[in-house]
Amino acid sequence: MKKIRSMKTKILYVLFIVIVVVYMMPLIITFTNSFMGSREVENNYTTGSLGIDEYIEMDVVPKKVTLSQYASLLFDSPVYLHMFWNSVKIVVPIVLGQILVSAPAAYAFTVLKFRGKDILFFLYIIVMLLPLQVTLMPNYIVADWMNITDSYLAIILPGIFNPLGVFLLRQFMKSMPDAYIEAAKMDGAGHGKIFLWVVLPMVKHGIAAVAMLTLLDYWNLVDQAVIFIQNSEVQPLSIFLAKINSGELGIAFAGSCFYALPVLLVLLYGQEYLKNGIAVTGLKG
Amino acid sequence: MLLVSLSGFCFFYMIPFLVSSFYSFVDNPIHREFCGVQNFRALFQNPYFLRGLKNTAWFMLVSIPLNMVLSLCVAFVVKNMKVYSNYFSLIFLIPLAVPSATSAFFWENFFGLHGTLNRFLSVFHVECIDWLESSYGMMVMVIIFIWKNIGYNMALFISGLSSIPEEYYECADVEGAGRFWKFKNITLAYLTPTTFLVLIMTFVNSFKVFKEIYIITGEYPPDSLYVVQHYMNNMFLSLNYSKLASATYILTIVIVLFVVCIFRAERKYSENLHY
Repeated sequence: MKKIRSMKTKILYVLFIVIVVVYMMPLIITFTNSFMGSREVENNYTTGSLGIDEYIEMDVVPKKVTLSQYASLLFDSPVYLHMFWNSVKIVVPIVLGQILVSAPAAYAFTVLKFRGKDILFFLYIIVMLLPLQVTLMPNYIVADWMNITDSYLAIILPGIFNPLGVFLLRQFMKSMPDAYIEAAKMDGAGHGKIFLWVVLPMVKHGIAAVAMLTLLDYWNLVDQAVIFIQNSEVQPLSIFLAKINSGELGIAFAGSCFYALPVLLVLLYGQEYLKNGIAVTGLKG
Repeated sequence: MLLVSLSGFCFFYMIPFLVSSFYSFVDNPIHREFCGVQNFRALFQNPYFLRGLKNTAWFMLVSIPLNMVLSLCVAFVVKNMKVYSNYFSLIFLIPLAVPSATSAFFWENFFGLHGTLNRFLSVFHVECIDWLESSYGMMVMVIIFIWKNIGYNMALFISGLSSIPEEYYECADVEGAGRFWKFKNITLAYLTPTTFLVLIMTFVNSFKVFKEIYIITGEYPPDSLYVVQHYMNNMFLSLNYSKLASATYILTIVIVLFVVCIFRAERKYSENLHY
């Protein structure tokens, strides 16, 4: 009996590993192909001259390993580094602002009692659920009022006030035992003190999780930047990568690896926060 | 404490959102002549809008439940692994870090007419088709969506599973409960709050798959891939604010109804829970 059982586990493990390899395929291909020369990449992926029974060559192993893609990405022209820097300039303020704004608001929604709280939170959830294409017009209207349609602020400001952070942090704060807050109140602490010294230390994993999710989301932004940033010099690298299909295929893979690296590192070191950061209490109440 | 967030929320979302309602009742943004509900009526006769709505609904009905079930399975497997469980969960989270453009490029080449899938199938003498252009297009999008979003749902489910006290299972063992009984009455029951959170997050993310569709197909995709965001995006680009605002309101009403249903359901199910 035991033998059969361990057989079964082994088969399941093998199956799981197969799934995992398939899962990793896009990343593996992107990584290995980044060591191909530009000529090889273009030969492999150009479809224009292919006949009916011919296929692109999605090779895992390069015919000749070279760092030429990375060399032209990093040294030939400053444009790519510049666009990378543009991404940083958009994402960092959003992540920091989102945390600074959301954490106190989530505290207010969790601990304070005031009229209309439920309805207000309901509105937050609705706005959170609206697709980007719906909020794009309101964003554009405001950007127009403020005269910032051509600047990063048109993306950064709505990003900071995105209700997602408030929602997720409140989920987390709700799971804290009330006793801590009650005890602090008994000792005469005001809400500011309770928030800073009692609640914040308890939800720091949640804050890390929200910061990571915001980072992952805006690092790959495409839609907003297409609308708000016309000038290609100030576009973030994510937009450039979206255009690789037409044109500079040669350095596409190195560009992708280069761009994915910072967020991969964040995931590597922060995945524990994602798994423990979001507490599991109900949506309401 | 709420003030900063609330003022920003009102200024950047609520107020402009209400202002945009103005556009939905005028015939066009320049003449600004009041025309009642004509825009809404026209929208319900517009074949593109209806197609977008239909495709979006179809996509969500298939992809959201499928995604939730699969991520729960993965969470189970990963959580019960004795070794390397961290590495495996990282693997499922990786798609979140892959730039959308990169994954779009990969899947386009995988499912394209000259793509890798066809190359593989040609060994079995299956006729080549462009999967994205075919009626299977939406299936491909479901696959891409699930590929990208299992990881985060898995993380939520793992934290939900870890929060169920071991004693519950031990008690059930003492009483001689079967595996299925334990799964249904302990695991699933106490995962209810997590499940609702996952549902909300999956819903949010299901709109974001548009990014990949857009990168792959551009502004005018094949009919089977035309979702409601294409319509809105094109209305925005062609400065047709009246139609856009009306479409916005219709979509918002649908979402409000959806959220109300979820809250009702959640209240009903969590009443039976005793911690």
